[in-house]
Amino acid sequence: MSSQVLARLRAQRLTRIAAAVLAAIVLASLLVPWLSPYDSYTPDFALLSHPPMLAGAHVLGTDPLGRDLLVRVMWGCRISLAIGVVATLMSVLIGVSWGAIAGYAGGTTDQLMMRVVDVLYSVPFVPFVIVLTVLFGRGLWLIFLAIGAVSWLDIARIVRGQTLSLKQREFIEAARIAGVHGIGMIRRHIVPNLLGIVAVYATLTIPAVILFEALLSFLGMGVQSPMASLGSLVADGASDMQSHPHLLIVPAAFLTAIIYAFNYLGDGLRKALDPRGQP
Amino acid sequence: MTRYLLRRLLVAVPTLLLITTLGFALLHAAPGGPFDADKRMLPAIQQAIEARYHLHEPLWRQYLRYLGQLAHGDLGPSFQYRGTSVNQIIAQGLPVDAAVGLSALALALLAGGGIGVTAALREGGAWDHAAMALAAVGISVPLFVLAPLLVLIFAVTLHWLPAGDWVAGSPSHLLLPALALALPYAGYIARLMRGSTLEVLNSPFIRTAQAKGLPSHHILWHHALRPALTPLVSYLGPAFAGVLTGSIVVESIFGLPGIGRFFITAALNRDYTLVMGITVLYGTLIILCNLLADLCYAWIDPRVRLA
Repeated sequence: MSSQVLARLRAQRLTRIAAAVLAAIVLASLLVPWLSPYDSYTPDFALLSHPPMLAGAHVLGTDPLGRDLLVRVMWGCRISLAIGVVATLMSVLIGVSWGAIAGYAGGTTDQLMMRVVDVLYSVPFVPFVIVLTVLFGRGLWLIFLAIGAVSWLDIARIVRGQTLSLKQREFIEAARIAGVHGIGMIRRHIVPNLLGIVAVYATLTIPAVILFEALLSFLGMGVQSPMASLGSLVADGASDMQSHPHLLIVPAAFLTAIIYAFNYLGDGLRKALDPRGQP
Repeated sequence: MTRYLLRRLLVAVPTLLLITTLGFALLHAAPGGPFDADKRMLPAIQQAIEARYHLHEPLWRQYLRYLGQLAHGDLGPSFQYRGTSVNQIIAQGLPVDAAVGLSALALALLAGGGIGVTAALREGGAWDHAAMALAAVGISVPLFVLAPLLVLIFAVTLHWLPAGDWVAGSPSHLLLPALALALPYAGYIARLMRGSTLEVLNSPFIRTAQAKGLPSHHILWHHALRPALTPLVSYLGPAFAGVLTGSIVVESIFGLPGIGRFFITAALNRDYTLVMGITVLYGTLIILCNLLADLCYAWIDPRVRLA
């Protein structure tokens, strides 16, 4: 990423705010064991579902088992962010290789590979992931795998399109004359030139993945108790919302803030890379 | 045109076959069977039941049998609801899904489209900023956060609308689920429409129309709107798929008797035929809607040739 892009990125106020919010949440979720005297497992039966008390020990209150809600939510952020990042890395890896190979190879190979993507687009994935998690246990790794395997299609399409236009450029011609072929060409000349657009879509895939995991957790098929993700915390909160609304509002606010921030960051990145505009 | 339609429908066959095969393989690769949970069942009875549903046959025969049934439009008997066929369950649930899903789509298109176009007309103004902030909220707040909050506000606190339950043909029972399902798509559509309207309004043929002295509402309705709608149409396919799967969540929150709720219990209970039936139905609907969206696209933008 050039310094020009970084400068344009820094010039956008909303992007700066989004980046700051994200950095704060990431830092807090990583440092939570050292920042708070409470852990996320030990119940406190004297303080069940206590509302937030800004002056007290539990700043955002406690959950129905008397655990500190802020600490629970921070651990939830950690799990949700980890799932978002790992699953996105997976989908980027698959999507970029698939799209770059299809676009660079062209011809029948391209037709075949893109037909596969078209077919997969018609597969109703939410039901498939639900079936997967129900049938094969509910481990974290399965969630990574399932979501990563689902979300590479968009990236593959975009990368293929970009590769097709890159292929016509002079420097690729020059490299071919210099004797670079096949995988070496894709690795050394095509993929590095795609990194900008891939960064944009990766930034926009992370919130989609976090939402998807949250949806699974909400349906009771994601992260299992006592571990918690933002989605499972929201689900727990929603069942208790009439008597203790803070149990829904606090994790929902963090989830929304993360999604909002990633979306703004992705938009900002897109504008910085392509200043001519595009909504 | 006819050839195009035929070709698209032919391509749908391998897609559906893949969905069926994938689903079938997944379900049968998983440990545990549909009748394992009934511990008190005598072995003889269990064998009789498994014979009744052909579960004792080798897998390939079950697979071929299922494909044969599918070709005749028969989705088989449900394992979980004995004496009921999957076709009956779907026939009961689908009207609910259709009512909620279609009204959500209509809401999203009308609200999102209106907000997007008006925001573009006042680019940089207060309404533009407010509308885009609102759209970002719609996109960022997940459906399952929105739905309980809507219930909390409109049903529990204000008592304007019922909190859940389903009365066929009652619009007040329809409104909250449809609204919850529509908001994320409304937000996305608003952003999409704002962008495309701005792009069209800045193009030379609009400047020509303005130079001719045409009134601005005439330019908007007769010149700008149609080209501005093209990205919206290509978003229809994904939006439809999203609404379809989103209904699984909405139905379990509002307690609607649609297909989505059946799907989750079916998956939990290893009701193979019901899971397969609903998955195949979803796949078919997504394929059909993508086809419909492509046809709309060609109709709105005649430069796109259906080849």
